Order: sequence, then C-alpha cells, then structure tokens
Amino acid sequence: MIPSLPRPAWLRAATTGYVILFIAFLFLPLIIVAVFAFNDAPYPAPPWRGFTLDWFLGNAARGRIGLFADSDLLASIGTSAIVAGGVTLLSVGLGTVNAFLLERGSFPGKQALSVLMLAPLVIPGVILGISILAFASRIADFADDRFGWDMDFLRPGLPLVILGQFSFIATIATLTVSARLRRFDRTLEEAALNLGASRAAVFATILLPYLRPALLGSAAIAFLMSFEDFNTTLMLVGADSPLTVMMYGRMREGATPVLNAVSLFLMLASAALALTLLRRRPPA
Amino acid sequence: MIDTRTRTDARAARHAGGGPWQARLTLSLLLAPALLWLGALIVLPHIELAILSLRKMVGPHRYEFTLGQYATFFKEPLYWHVFVRTAFMSVTATLLTLVLAFPIAWVIAKIARGRASSGLFMLCLIPFWVSETVRTLGWMILLRQSGVLPALLVKLGITAVPVELLYHDATILVGLIYGSLLFMLIPLISSLESLDNALIEAAYDLGAGGFAILRTIVIPHAAPGITAGCIVVFMLTLGNYLTPTLLGGKDSQWFTEQIYTQFITRFNWEQGAAFGFLLLGLSTLMVIAGLRLTGQRFGDVMRRT
Repeated sequence: MIPSLPRPAWLRAATTGYVILFIAFLFLPLIIVAVFAFNDAPYPAPPWRGFTLDWFLGNAARGRIGLFADSDLLASIGTSAIVAGGVTLLSVGLGTVNAFLLERGSFPGKQALSVLMLAPLVIPGVILGISILAFASRIADFADDRFGWDMDFLRPGLPLVILGQFSFIATIATLTVSARLRRFDRTLEEAALNLGASRAAVFATILLPYLRPALLGSAAIAFLMSFEDFNTTLMLVGADSPLTVMMYGRMREGATPVLNAVSLFLMLASAALALTLLRRRPPA
Repeated sequence: MIDTRTRTDARAARHAGGGPWQARLTLSLLLAPALLWLGALIVLPHIELAILSLRKMVGPHRYEFTLGQYATFFKEPLYWHVFVRTAFMSVTATLLTLVLAFPIAWVIAKIARGRASSGLFMLCLIPFWVSETVRTLGWMILLRQSGVLPALLVKLGITAVPVELLYHDATILVGLIYGSLLFMLIPLISSLESLDNALIEAAYDLGAGGFAILRTIVIPHAAPGITAGCIVVFMLTLGNYLTPTLLGGKDSQWFTEQIYTQFITRFNWEQGAAFGFLLLGLSTLMVIAGLRLTGQRFGDVMRRT
C-alpha cells in the first residue's frame, strides 16, 4: 500500500503498469490530433500518406486550404481572442474588488453573499447561457416597446457571449485573488500607514505587488477558460463564431486536417501559457 | 489575536480619516460590482427563466400562468426518457471516473515522492489545458469507422472489416470520463495527502489486510474528497453538450441537447426554460444529497476544488 509497508512484486508491477496505461490514455487523443495535422491526405484518417505542411501553408491555388489561408478559421481565432480579452479584464477586475469585499469588509449577509458567489460554478453552463439570453431579450424587448430603443448588444452576439462567460469566470477570479489576499500580513500595511503613507500609496506599493501573482494567474486562467468555453457560448452566439463554435460546426460535417492544424496551434499556445505561469509561480 | 486585529482596523480607519460614513461609502463601492454581477447575470436571469417556464401565450403580449410545460415533460415519453438516461449515464460516468482516478491519486499522494509525484501530477494536468473541442477531435479521429483504432483492429486480425466505434453509449462514456479525470484527481489527492501514514502502518501492524485498511481507514478519511470530486464530475457531465453530441452523434439523446433544440432550433423558449429548470433541479438535488451524505458545507467543498 504505502512504501513503508511490504508490497508484493505483483502489486508493484500492476501499479506501474496502470500508471503507464493511464498516462497513455490521457495523451493518446492529443498525440493523434497533432500527428494527423501533417498527414498528406484530404481527411484526418489513416493510413499515413507522407508528411506535408499543406494544412498549415496550403492555399486555394494548391487545392488545399491550410490554416493560414483559412480566413473563416483565422477570423474565429480573432473573435475568441477579443472575447477572452474582455472576459479577462472584467473577471480580474471584479475578482479583485470581491476579494477586498470578502476579506476586509464586514456587513450583514456577507456569508450568504459569499455562498451566492460560488453558485455560478454549480449551474450548468447551458443554463447560464439560456437564462442570460432570456433576460437580455426581455430588457431589449422592453426598451424597444416602451422607448423605441434598439439595444442590439442585448441580442445574441459577442457582447452577450462576453457577459455569459464572465458570469462564471468571475467566480474563479474571485476565489484566486481572495485566497492570496487572505494570506497577506496586515502588519506591513499598518507599518506603511504609520510611516505616513496614504491609502492609495499603500495599495499601489504594497498590496498590488503582493497580489500580482494571483492577478496574473487568474488572468491566464480566465483567458484560457474563455477561449475554450463551449456550453455557455453556444447559447449566446450570434453571427460571429468564436473558435470552439466554429470547430464544433466543422467537426459535425467532417472536416479536413486543417482542424488538426489549428488544434496543434491551440495546444502549443496553452502549453506556452502553462509554462510561463508555472515558471512565474514563487516557491510555496 | 482578535484583539490585535480589531486594533489594526481601528488604526487603519483613523489613518484613512475614516468616519463611519466614509467606511460605509467604501463598503458600498466594493459591494456594488458584486451585486450588479450576481443580480444582473445570475439571480434575475434565473427568475426570468422561472417566469418563462410557467407561462403560456394567450394572445399578443398576453400571457397566462400554466404548468403545461412541465406537464409536457412528464406526458411525452421521449423527454423524460432522455432525462433519466442523461442522469443515469452521468452517475455511471462519475462512478467509473472515481474508480479509475483513485489508484492514480493514491500513487501521487502516497507512493511516488518528491519530483516523481509532482511530475506525475503535471502529466495528468497537461491534457486539461487543452480545449475540450481538441480532445474530442482526437477521439473522433481515433474511433470513427475510417479512424485509427478500427484500422488497427483489422490489422491485428481482430475484426474482418473496420467497425464503427463512434456513436455508442460506451463511446460517450469514454469521452465523458476522459474529460472528468482531473476534476476527480485534484480533490482525491488533497484528501489522501492529509492522511497520516502512521494510521495505515498501525492498522497493518494490527493485522489488517489491504482491503480492510482501504475500507475502514482510507475511504472514511478521503470521504470529503470523494464527495467533492463526485459532485463536480456529476455536474460537469450532466451539463456537458459537446462530448455527447459529437461522440454520440444523432442518437446521443443528451438532455442539454433537448434544451438547445427547444431554445435555439424551435424557438420554444417556454418549453426550453422548463427543461432548463428540470436539469438545474436535478443538478442541485445531487449536490445537496452529496453534501448531506457526508455532512459537509457547500463553501468548503467548492474551495477544495
């Protein structure tokens, strides 16, 4: 069971075998996706027909539309990046305010509020999506009927997608920043105040640098979660498709290996993000 | 401890020149964004959804209260069949995920040490940085009739012709389990790490076998982690849309798909809202049941994961 107790040889072998199988199971789909981005065939399927970069560099003249010539796919990456940028700014901003509210503020109903803040994580994403869609439509209809205002941003489209993703990613940012603020040694702040620093100076020179890792970490997580979200986005999307929705549509139809190419690009991007994040993390 | 804290607060307030109204102003400035977020994006939309699910149109801009949408759900076998099926498959996926993840959590928390342990954990973490869409694409290339695994089976002489491995219930389960493993691993590892090895050694010295140790010491200690993992995995599975529809194809019959059909395809928002509430109800019920079962608080569980 544990190393300090005798473990029979068969158990050791079985454990090692299981770990290897488990890791293989985890990586198999990813490796397959990456490998078939380079297969010289019109569909991502065996057999292997030789190495090609067509699915990255190909264009209409070569008969194969590669990633860098696929304007729809590139546009959807841009759309996802805009959405993710908006969600990240909103979430980290609100997460920071919430952290101060929960860690420093005292007011009646604080306990209830902090539990309510966790609710978005236990509501299925599809339901977050439809409820926000319905509520936004009611406001837009009301504004239209009553005042004749045309509130287009409340109709399915990118602003609603941003709000929908923000509704639950904000919780994650709140938890991350609060956890860091909770461990802050308040005597530092007190010392600075005693030495005559203003509140603003204390915030800018002591609290903000201290919170920086949590802010960067939650920004990276928010960006990634937004970029990869599908459930909530699907319900709120309008004419411009973010990448996940675009890929989903093409996967249903049976797509060319250009999807493998864009997937490989995504894997490398998230690996790069993960690495920078881990390197930044100070030793605990 | 409490004393110093109070004194610090008082001093900080004095430094800020804080009269009571200023403290109140600061508090309301901090409170406003949170209330706006929860009010406008969580509470009010769900009230709207509840209203939608309980009304029917009787004329232009005229609505009446009805339970008709919920009645439709129970009267139409297709709907509740899909609902029960989704719940059943989600429970199965959750239990299988627990069984598959537990040994790995044990290895990471108890057997491997130092670098090996953190390295193994990193290996488990990496696939989950990649989008669900990409991982599902991988499974499709592996499993479809013209895919890698059927071709391999033919080459090995196990099947004569390539078989279709997509669009089965088992395929949906594989996809769901694959996507859930990490959410099970994290709470399991943290609860197993806090288990004192001396307890296991003591039980062993007193003559307990492996199974007895597992049943009487390990599982009771890890119960909070097991519950947390199961709750999170069940919720994610129940609310999943991408994996069942892509790996299960037209016959996936997942309940989120029904919600999508009513809301987006048929534009029957009243029916879709009722379905949404039924799904939310089931999900909430399971969370509460899980917490009651092990006597834990919601906040603690969420913070652990």
